[in-house]
Amino acid sequence: MIARINVRSTVPDARALTKQRYFSSLGLSGKVSRVEIVDAYTVDAPVSRERLRSALQLFANPALQEATTGKWMPKHFMFAVEVGFLPGVTDNVGTTARECLEDFLKRKFSGGENVYSSQIFFISGKLVQRDIRTIVESLYNPLIQRTSVKMYRTCVRGGGMDMVVPRVKLHGRAVADAIPLAAMSEEELIRVGREGILDRNGTRRGPLALSRQNMNVIRDYFLRQGRNPTDIELESLAQTWSEHCKHTIFADSLDELSQGLYTTYIKGATNKIRSAKGKKDFCASVFTDNSGAIAFDDEYLVTHKVETHNTPSALDPYGGAVTGIGGVNRDAIGFGLGAKPIANTYGFCIADPNDATELYRDVNKSQKMLSARRIMEGVVAGVNAGGNCSGIPTPQGFVYFDSRYRGKPLVFAGTVGLIPRKSHGRPSHSKRAMPGDYIVMVGGRVGRDGIHGATFSSVALSSGSPATAVQIGDPITQKKFSDAIVKEARDAGLYNSITDNGAGGLSCSVAEMAREVSLPDGRQGGCLVELHKVPLKYLGLSPWQIWISESQERMTLAVPPSKWTQFLKFMKRRGVEATVIGHFTSSGRCVVKYGARTIMDIDMHFLHEGRFRDSMSSAPYRKGPSAARVKAPKSLNKTLHAMLSRLNVASYEFISTQYDHEVQAGSVEKPLQGKGRVNGEASVLRPRLGSFRGIVLSQALYPSYSEADSYRMGACAVDTAVRNVIAAGANPDHLALLDNFCWSSSNDPRRLAQLKDAVKACHDYAVAYGTPFISGKDSMFNDFKGFDEEGRPVAISVPPTLLISALSVTPDVRKAVSIDFKFPGDLIYLLGETHDELGGSEYFSMLKAGDAGVVPAVDAVRNNKLYRALSHAIGRELVASAASVHRGGIGVSLLKSAMAGKLGVTVSLARLPGSKLPDDRALFSESQGRVLVSVAPGNRKKFEALFRGQAIKLIGKVMQKPEVAIKGARGRSVAAIGVDAALRAYRAPLQDY
Amino acid sequence: MAKPRVIVLAGYGLNCEDETKFAFELAGASAAIVHINDLVSGAAKLRRFQVMAVPGGFSYGDDIGSGKAYANKLRNHLSKELEEFVSRDTLTAGICNGFQVLTNLNLLPGALTFNDNARYTDRWVDLKIEGLPAGRQGKSPWLSGIETLTVPIAHGEGKFIADEETLKAMSRENSVAARYVKDEICQHLDLPANPTGTTEGIASVTSHNGRVIGIMPHPERAMFFTQLPHWTFLKEKYLREKKKIPTYGPGLKIFKNAVRYFA
Repeated sequence: MIARINVRSTVPDARALTKQRYFSSLGLSGKVSRVEIVDAYTVDAPVSRERLRSALQLFANPALQEATTGKWMPKHFMFAVEVGFLPGVTDNVGTTARECLEDFLKRKFSGGENVYSSQIFFISGKLVQRDIRTIVESLYNPLIQRTSVKMYRTCVRGGGMDMVVPRVKLHGRAVADAIPLAAMSEEELIRVGREGILDRNGTRRGPLALSRQNMNVIRDYFLRQGRNPTDIELESLAQTWSEHCKHTIFADSLDELSQGLYTTYIKGATNKIRSAKGKKDFCASVFTDNSGAIAFDDEYLVTHKVETHNTPSALDPYGGAVTGIGGVNRDAIGFGLGAKPIANTYGFCIADPNDATELYRDVNKSQKMLSARRIMEGVVAGVNAGGNCSGIPTPQGFVYFDSRYRGKPLVFAGTVGLIPRKSHGRPSHSKRAMPGDYIVMVGGRVGRDGIHGATFSSVALSSGSPATAVQIGDPITQKKFSDAIVKEARDAGLYNSITDNGAGGLSCSVAEMAREVSLPDGRQGGCLVELHKVPLKYLGLSPWQIWISESQERMTLAVPPSKWTQFLKFMKRRGVEATVIGHFTSSGRCVVKYGARTIMDIDMHFLHEGRFRDSMSSAPYRKGPSAARVKAPKSLNKTLHAMLSRLNVASYEFISTQYDHEVQAGSVEKPLQGKGRVNGEASVLRPRLGSFRGIVLSQALYPSYSEADSYRMGACAVDTAVRNVIAAGANPDHLALLDNFCWSSSNDPRRLAQLKDAVKACHDYAVAYGTPFISGKDSMFNDFKGFDEEGRPVAISVPPTLLISALSVTPDVRKAVSIDFKFPGDLIYLLGETHDELGGSEYFSMLKAGDAGVVPAVDAVRNNKLYRALSHAIGRELVASAASVHRGGIGVSLLKSAMAGKLGVTVSLARLPGSKLPDDRALFSESQGRVLVSVAPGNRKKFEALFRGQAIKLIGKVMQKPEVAIKGARGRSVAAIGVDAALRAYRAPLQDY
Repeated sequence: MAKPRVIVLAGYGLNCEDETKFAFELAGASAAIVHINDLVSGAAKLRRFQVMAVPGGFSYGDDIGSGKAYANKLRNHLSKELEEFVSRDTLTAGICNGFQVLTNLNLLPGALTFNDNARYTDRWVDLKIEGLPAGRQGKSPWLSGIETLTVPIAHGEGKFIADEETLKAMSRENSVAARYVKDEICQHLDLPANPTGTTEGIASVTSHNGRVIGIMPHPERAMFFTQLPHWTFLKEKYLREKKKIPTYGPGLKIFKNAVRYFA
């Protein structure tokens, strides 16, 4: 039986009014006169009409809403649009509605019984067909949602909108097919590797991304076994050997680096730093686990991991970002025996939301890419939903704009975790499954989500056939098991190991844990999985799909049989599903059964180490700066205003304020600082409320420097991340880094050369600053290949993007420093040297002279000394404000500190340490190693004494009059701008989002 | 003096239980976090406690409306226990999501719906405490001795709505506990007083007897000085004035009041 519950608002509905305004912004200003939103719950279960009516009170608060059963529509409207999910797409609202109904009816739904949510928009106005299309397009994403549109009359004739039940009907084969690799031609072998296994219906199952060499290795392995592989074996090897899981480009040899980039430079740097620090080494767990960890205090470790979720976010920005945050949260929960997530970070590299370029994935223009604006709004809203719902503060983040992110946005998501050093008497950062331990899947169920990173065939609405391949997050399911594990089960010692189900799903998580199983005699352990025991969202999945599905919100645990009853009982009490799906063995093999049949049986060593190791070569890329002459502007006032309105400088307050940055009550330095609410560079938080010890976080990137000089780009990113946290009060001797490389076309030898440069810079500067890398991630193919409006081929590749995240500990958060000038009369110092380094700068980019000039070089020895002096000054409470100078130079930093303090300044650019420069270049040079600080006059001597012999300069003072007055090198006034006007310019570009 | 016993509810996406417990303990109470399922199963008993706090969070992800699903669960299983609890000489507080839960349970008047901007908003606000007839003790024990309060909000559904009749009754019974006003922090940060478009600036309400309070802002996010958005400014000011730098923030008072009530 199908029934429907409709809930409509009886008071003004802010959501509807906001939608109406949104439609206006799509070029329909004044045309939409009314929007009414009805929340519909379609119940596909036998419930008597009477019972359903008495259940209405569950869904509507009588002070706000009215609930009805059956079809409902208002008296007047022009057309109606219903938006619901496609079959199989995670429907959180539907799930909650179902739970409420089940609880009320005191009966669990079973079989196919379910509740599905949808929203119906009843819209009135003077609209033509094209306008209606615009509105409908803005309301849904065809990859995950379905719509039906009815004009008033049709709707009335049908008594309202049809009740659609998006039930999943799949017809996967419940067996594993043998793949005849032995008999395959070389050509077909390559095709299978590239396009996937040929299905019985003649279609390919989706890319395996296995090279010719790897296909040969696999064929030969199975020849030696005397049989062909099954589909699940091939799919499993493809997952385990993927670039995504094995980081082949970082692992394999490149030019003279036979050990590869990662071992030589990243791990190499960390090893050097750790042994140099000796007893002062603060690293606890690096590179081996889901997150990296350093000491926090005597009792706790702090963990950090930053991930990217780029491809999913290009297709479904909202879902991609929700699962990006959710996935990286699990990297904290999956660290050691389970760390509690205590902060999220985010970073969006996207195109200008006003960029109107239309892109299509196919030549027929049937698959349109979402607009730049939709992508921005989607990723912003996704982190909002994922972060806020989970009760994890999101204090730290950035947005970076460049048209080269139009094809593929980069969505960075990070999570910091906290874990006691000891749990149930064991060191909590190490873990190991034991032979005999149950393999237990905890959390959500398995569906077709994310198989092969998604194959996006269009779905016929009526047939209710294929479940979509995009992943949608379910933060509450995750919150439930997160709390159950890290707040309760962990310290009861109920399991031996835990890891996240991310890329590759069970195929990777189980095989990874099995790899840790080692026997007393050093032999490799293994696993035996009974795949038919895996709880599914719906029937009809083939075994290989269950094995590699990337359905979200799942952890895999190793639970000793003696603890299982207790563990299960506890999970049940917390409303968390937990299922034994096999056990770890001493066999040295990864064995998977489906029913009685063994469908996978691969040697563990081959599974993890058998892949073909490539050796790559790079080729020179540097072009050298162009000789383009850059003309200085006439008015620096105008230029300063224009710089403040650059998207990469402007306020993104609308993001900062929609992310909860105060939950868990540890907020110290917030995303917006000072009276003027200016976005700061670093976040400070205090994770243990009984202690004043704190964590300082920051992020830095310079994609605009990459094409000219990737080595300097990497150096600047490291320098800025380090400088940002030190300027906020971090301890330079307790500072770790994370690297995230998002490259494009990484098989291009020139891109590889840029990569090699950037990684080498990471090594050199990490060693110079004594700041070890503890974790990292790469995403090497951020390229878009599609078609433009005219159907012409378009290729857009992201600029080589390296994000450096800094994680530091400060002994006392009460000494943290913010960027805002505090009091008139305070002295303003510029620390560091200013040179003619404007290559790739925001200023040259504004002047459209992007390839002129040289990219800043970083003098680590000089900076290191300076940062340590600054850290001393902050520790002695001599610094009233400190702002790390980066994009936009001191011009922008001065204005930011002034706007944040709502105070003026008078400063002079005469005789700045460094090179002699024209005033505009002095203001906007992006030379590294500089910090702008203000100091109470009474602290002058003490402050200056700490910097003896270093390049610092007293450049002016803070003024009561809210005006930033700048004198040029020759002593003339070159700019004077009011703080209020500056704030308007700073807030203007993104204030309407 | 025995410490008052506080139960802080948890589960299904409530997420401020740890810091709420911390705030009560800092104020001198003894607090326990209890998962709703442990109350439903009888493993924990409401009658053992003197104060109940429904903390902030995102119970059931705000699906089907904020606080509704959690309230449904409480009503389906614990109606009697709740009734018994509030009829005793106990105190109850719903903070943010907890406030939404309590209105859905009809333990408080009115209802909460989407902010005017239809968006989750985290910012600081000033509250003027109401229900304080001149020269008399405030009506709600939660608010005694407090006139203004600087605290943060963080929610998407905090616009208080009630029909005219309810509003009149509330005014008669002094049940409006606090309104948003433009005071210290709004002036400092140049922000409008009312962050959500809530009716008559209402940020907090109490039951007719004052013992049950619902409050949208989070007092536990203002229990320390370093949680204030302008603490670095205040610290510089106090340093120069040679004043002592405080450790605690204004929000702690509410938790202290609960402890004092049972003293």
